[in-house]
Amino acid sequence: MTALTLVKVERIKLFSTRSPWWCIAAAMVLTVGFVALAAGLITDTDAQEFTAPQTQGPYRFGFMIMMIMAVLAVTTEYRFGTIRATFLAVPNRTSALLAKAAVIALVAAAVGEVAGVASWGLAKAIRGSEAPLDFYTARDYRVVFGVGLYYLVAAVFAVAIGVLIRQSAGAIALVLLWPLLVENLILIIPRVGDDIQKWLPFTAGNNFLAAGTDHVGNAGDGPGDMPFGPWGSLVYFAVITAALLALALVTAKRRDA
Amino acid sequence: MIEARGLTKRYGRTLAVNDLSFTVQPGRVTGFLGPNGAGKSTTMRMILGLDRPTAGDVRIDGKRYADLKEPLRHVGALLDARWVHPNRSARAHLRWLAVSNRLPEKRVGEVLELVGLTQVAGRRAGGYSLGMSQRLGIAGALLGDPGVLLFDEPVNGLDPEGILWIRQFMHRLAAEGRTVFVSSHLLSEMALTAQDLVVIGRGRLISQTSTSAFIEAASGSTVRVRGPELGRLREVIVAGGLAADDAPASDEGPAALVVHGATTDAVGELAGRAGLVLHELAAQRGSLEQAFIQMTGGDVEYRTGTPVGVAAPAGGPVMAVPGQPAGAGILSGAAPAGKGEPR
Repeated sequence: MTALTLVKVERIKLFSTRSPWWCIAAAMVLTVGFVALAAGLITDTDAQEFTAPQTQGPYRFGFMIMMIMAVLAVTTEYRFGTIRATFLAVPNRTSALLAKAAVIALVAAAVGEVAGVASWGLAKAIRGSEAPLDFYTARDYRVVFGVGLYYLVAAVFAVAIGVLIRQSAGAIALVLLWPLLVENLILIIPRVGDDIQKWLPFTAGNNFLAAGTDHVGNAGDGPGDMPFGPWGSLVYFAVITAALLALALVTAKRRDA
Repeated sequence: MIEARGLTKRYGRTLAVNDLSFTVQPGRVTGFLGPNGAGKSTTMRMILGLDRPTAGDVRIDGKRYADLKEPLRHVGALLDARWVHPNRSARAHLRWLAVSNRLPEKRVGEVLELVGLTQVAGRRAGGYSLGMSQRLGIAGALLGDPGVLLFDEPVNGLDPEGILWIRQFMHRLAAEGRTVFVSSHLLSEMALTAQDLVVIGRGRLISQTSTSAFIEAASGSTVRVRGPELGRLREVIVAGGLAADDAPASDEGPAALVVHGATTDAVGELAGRAGLVLHELAAQRGSLEQAFIQMTGGDVEYRTGTPVGVAAPAGGPVMAVPGQPAGAGILSGAAPAGKGEPR
């Protein structure tokens, strides 16, 4: 069985149910919709500082929904027993799950990319005359065109969580609470909280978008003195994700399906 | 051909399958029989590489399942008809299966036609009746035109038409030279479907024989005999070297004797030589369920307590209870009437 065959199988499986379509539509509408609202409602003064990276502010909507889609693509297979049908058809579980991760990662990346560019394009169409929405710095390009990469890695992260936990409710709760709550509330710990936060996966992933300043001098919204620069942060997040995926693959191979 | 050698599966302290060895031959339907919880499904999952055996191994045509290249071309399995995403259509479900083993996509239409689901193939599988789901599962098993087929409780919950359809289908598959391995806890169903039996109880092999030999060996031969002079009749029979039990008057008829390990010929001749009048002389064939219970004896995992008044001595002559129709009894929790306390 070639990798391409397995990718085709997972593509058929993903798109022959409705929920991924809903997830994709919701991710697009929420992400782009919020940018459009912001662009439309912003005051003329604030529009002076409405830059290309700021059009990516609501990226988290699509980002979270794509992680939920990735979790569900795995956990519904366990829930309905189709994971066993999958392992009967493809006894090499590692290949089967890697193909699934690849398909979902590509879909999430495409959604992130389209949503990112569409957000910027729509903002520019609405406020192009007043707001400095052109690309001036490397960060401007990186944030608008690179947001899909962050989606891609996060989707793989969510697939790994889905394989490890197998239950929809638990796995979704984890991928939502981890980036939204755990990595922020860690600051409550006195003295060391700040140092721990810098090394957490989603804080690092977000630094890929947040690091650096745009041309009007707005600093990114991540914590100061991150251990890596933007690309290093993305690589760091990807390495953690790869380790988690490896753990998930070993677990799936060992346990009874 | 399926060969299991020393197959063992342990879950914590429970031994689900215990040193199980058997062979399933091609060209025949082999029934895999045992009460609920005997380890049938676990064994089937180990055959298919879904569960990892604690010890032993099982091979299909000499290979482990995981080593089969494009396994759907060799082995078709229906373990659970609900292993379909409810929001996916039957056609899409079969399509991804076909693509995964590089089967031509026209096979999807062929197997749908074969099981009679062509009309509803575009509908979501979650809306199917149990019979339709079962047919979809069979379509999936047949997709790769495999030489080995495994079905786990395929007739569970089906209506008579569906049961007949599946039974005939399996006979046809075996007649085509395939290896067909069907599990069931319904002995009466297996008696009609299977030529060979692998019988297990509590994860251990109880017997592997042909179905007819199993039923014959298990049901033995019992004769019911009745006449006006029961007392003398009993003396004559015992003097003739046979064991006789009293069968008091019941729904079955007036008081009579039940003779074990004898034929009607032998009992009739004994009575004739003594000049005794007989009102009844009949061979009793125990039901298949009783045969099964006798064979699996203490190997039922969940046994019921003994109802008051029905108590029989443990290991007593179960076969002596005559006249139960060999109909569709279910063997699930109905352990032999025996020790009241759980083991």
